Amino acid sequence: MSEIVCDEAERSPMGVQVPLWREAVVLGLGLAAYYTFPDDLAFLTNVLVTALFVLSLSLVLGQAGIATLGHAAYFGIGGYAAGLFAIHTLSDPIAGLLVAGGAGGVAALLSGLVLLRTHGLTFLMLSVAFVQICHEVANRAARITGGDDGLSGIVPGPLFGAFDFDLYGRTAYLYALGVLVISYLVLRKICEAPFGLTCRGIRSDRLRISALGGNVYLHLLAVFSLGGVFAGFAGALSAQSAGVAGLSGLSFAFSGNALVMLVLGGVRKLHGALVGTIVFMVIQHIAATINPYHWLFIIGAMLIGSVLVLPTGIVGLADTIAISVRRRVQRRGREP
Amino acid sequence: MNLAISILIDGVSYGMVLFIISIGLSITMGLLRVINMAHGGFAMIGGFIAAFATARFGASFEVALVVSVVAVAMLSIPIERLLMRRVYARDELDQTLLTIGMIFVMMAAVNLMFGSTVTALRIPDYLAGSITVADHTFPKYRILVLGAGLGVAAGLWYLIERTPFGIQVRAAVDNASIAQTVGVDTPRLYTLAFAMGAGLAALGGVIGAQLLPMEPGYALKYLVLFLAVVTVGGLGTVGGTLAAALLLGVIDTAAKYLLPDIASVALFLAMFVVLSLRPNGLFGRMS
Repeated sequence: MSEIVCDEAERSPMGVQVPLWREAVVLGLGLAAYYTFPDDLAFLTNVLVTALFVLSLSLVLGQAGIATLGHAAYFGIGGYAAGLFAIHTLSDPIAGLLVAGGAGGVAALLSGLVLLRTHGLTFLMLSVAFVQICHEVANRAARITGGDDGLSGIVPGPLFGAFDFDLYGRTAYLYALGVLVISYLVLRKICEAPFGLTCRGIRSDRLRISALGGNVYLHLLAVFSLGGVFAGFAGALSAQSAGVAGLSGLSFAFSGNALVMLVLGGVRKLHGALVGTIVFMVIQHIAATINPYHWLFIIGAMLIGSVLVLPTGIVGLADTIAISVRRRVQRRGREP
Repeated sequence: MNLAISILIDGVSYGMVLFIISIGLSITMGLLRVINMAHGGFAMIGGFIAAFATARFGASFEVALVVSVVAVAMLSIPIERLLMRRVYARDELDQTLLTIGMIFVMMAAVNLMFGSTVTALRIPDYLAGSITVADHTFPKYRILVLGAGLGVAAGLWYLIERTPFGIQVRAAVDNASIAQTVGVDTPRLYTLAFAMGAGLAALGGVIGAQLLPMEPGYALKYLVLFLAVVTVGGLGTVGGTLAAALLLGVIDTAAKYLLPDIASVALFLAMFVVLSLRPNGLFGRMS
């Protein structure tokens, strides 16, 4: 995996220009789903929130190669931060979102200071330990976090001071969609900037980057913190749309599920996170209503299959097909 | 004093169960350099096979134990040949994901056959009581666990340090390609080591079923525990894994007795501290 995959970004003296059609597609599909399934908005909002979380994991894992099982810690911390801020200080959702992003980022920065000194299995275990410790602290500090029952009574104020969060979840859905699209754009800009290229360089060959004069540790710390910020945003969206921040967002299992979604979609490109989340959650939504353990068969088989047969995920498969079709078309075009 | 002895007995026997289950994982991870999240799954399958053999066929505890260890070791051979072997050369993430997928399939399979509740594994009557020595009562079952753990440790030490098989294993750990060049059949060695690790997991699963009860969620519930023992001990060392298992077992038990408020995180805190200071584990070699 030494190739550097650039999306169709063009470098100009003005900085990195990224075409916006991907964001337009996401926005269009989101709006289409809004009008097609008006009765399932709670589930769809959940999909958007999870997609943002998996996107933040994609930055950390797919771009910089940091394999973590503790990423949900920053989602959970973001959720609690947004909830506490809304209850005790200010109910404006945007302010809550920014506070949550800050909290997630600071938590990732502080934990990253310790975690990122290791890598491989040790890092994986430390990340698990970190999320478990956070989970238990939140569980014990019931007076602040509500413990096992979750932090309830989060009532976000009207969005931009004008749009109330309604009972049907329409505002919440559109708000989540907006945050997701903007975050996707920002993350893509980051990935195509020199900073993102360096991160991919670190994933391919750590030693080489440090030989070239790059500070691997600081880069990883920066990208890890950024991942924490976006995971915090996702946590805030979850708390604001559901009105409750709970322990389930702060769990090892949630981290694991996010990892599965990411791998299913494709690790190397950001939109793999979006595809994987949608595929995973829709299948889960259908299969889990039948029997939760049978669902495990499907998800287990999907995982084994995607590692052995589809190492680049659904997105990678689609790209391979697209490339071979394009070649065939070109070859045909060259024939007289 | 009484409390201290209780903590020690419970902690050490708990640590021994962790040791028996985790040592196979430590060996395969040290030798094969592959992350195996599904190791606890072998312990789980072993426990369920033993429970099935005793409940359905009326097999005695000892027979069920042997049957489950052999069956799990046999079962692990095709798994190693068909699945694990393909990811030895891949990165840690692929290994993690493949084996997590295996956990899910194992859990679903066990649930399909045994249902989603805890399946009891009865211990024989002669192990049920306790012995009193100098005013202290020692449950016989915990003494069995202790003996089994020490037996496994001694047996493995002998196997690795004193037999031709052990020499091959050590050679392959140090440098697999050179070992292969001088005639060690490393693929066969890997299969054998993997099967041995799985068999030991089954042994620990059956013996430890009173402490870690058998349920379909077992493989995932205790996964972190086994991995913690292995990483804290340092990969591939029998002594390191034993020390780490006993340390974590005693810390966890002591926290449950003395500080119930933080009991559920004591183990993780200990792991966090050790791994922050010594990323390769207590006895791990620098990689």
